[in-house]
Amino acid sequence: MKVALRIQRFNPDTDKSPHFEDYTVESELTDRILDAILQVKGLTDGTLTLRKSCAHGVCGSDGMRINGRNALACRELIMNHKQPIVIEPMKGFSIIKDLVVDMEPFFNKYKSVKPYLINDEAAPAKERPQSEKDRMKFEDTTKCILCACCTTSCPTYWADSDFVGPAALVAAHRFIFDSRDRAGEERLDIVGEKEGAWKCRTIFNCTDACPRGIQVTQAIGEIKRKEIFG
Amino acid sequence: MSEPSTSYGSRPAPTGSAFELFAWLFMRLSGVLLLVLALGHLVIMHLINNVGNINYEFVAGRWSGELGMFWRGYDWLMLMLAMVHGVNGLRTILEDYLRPGKRRTLALSALYIIGIAFLAVGSVVIFAFKRVV
Repeated sequence: MKVALRIQRFNPDTDKSPHFEDYTVESELTDRILDAILQVKGLTDGTLTLRKSCAHGVCGSDGMRINGRNALACRELIMNHKQPIVIEPMKGFSIIKDLVVDMEPFFNKYKSVKPYLINDEAAPAKERPQSEKDRMKFEDTTKCILCACCTTSCPTYWADSDFVGPAALVAAHRFIFDSRDRAGEERLDIVGEKEGAWKCRTIFNCTDACPRGIQVTQAIGEIKRKEIFG
Repeated sequence: MSEPSTSYGSRPAPTGSAFELFAWLFMRLSGVLLLVLALGHLVIMHLINNVGNINYEFVAGRWSGELGMFWRGYDWLMLMLAMVHGVNGLRTILEDYLRPGKRRTLALSALYIIGIAFLAVGSVVIFAFKRVV
């Protein structure tokens, strides 16, 4: 059946500002929105530019704004969306072309919280054991795939691009609450700043947007509690 | 390509200040306290006493009776918490929506000056009050 799409287009070489264009494609209702967009690219207009890689909700490349909500296009079925389905790039980053945004600021924020295990104690002969209970403390935040759906759904981030953003806070949470890590204090200092966890206004857009179902706002809340009570 | 965002590069230089932590905590604690104080105020002023009976005599009596210092303290605490809570809330909003620069400095300065002025006037009224009639 026919599916109507309204896609935001922007070509930096010819356009001053983004505009919308309407497309109609033949698709099954059980197809995903990514399929419909790829049909536009394949059959109607090959210049339509977007990121996608695995197309199965694992790599996190095709985060975009779909009918006003951030999601991975490969995880959204056409039948669950009102038509015309409005497709926009994620908000808060500068647009490179069409649906492709500049993710550099996002990854810089991610790197700023030192998202890797830091432990300079002598390596044990076998491994660093961890109890199941300790592991469950950060189980949720290990699921992040860095798609940026959370950070670009955050009104605080839209208003203040200095804000470290929910994704970086999720990454910080993943190591702060890891019993094997030794740099928790350092990370708490980094995200305990004005532009860190305290900038979070508990709007919950991030939690809504996360395609992995991470309880982002709760993770930020746990960081805040740790900042206060240690 | 559109203008690069201001955060291009890395995060802002750390300030090492715990001010935002205390501001955040203060909002929670003062919020809970204000719930008690303001609801208490509402009950006293609008439920226990008829609004028609609340006049100079009522307030003057409350502030100069045996429990005078208690009621002055109650009103002053409510004034302090409400003002600081409100001003901090507005500071948060202004800092969220105004980029650093002249307009933000101007708006924040106006906010702090008005806030301090109201606090000062309120404190003078509460503690320097002498019953005249």
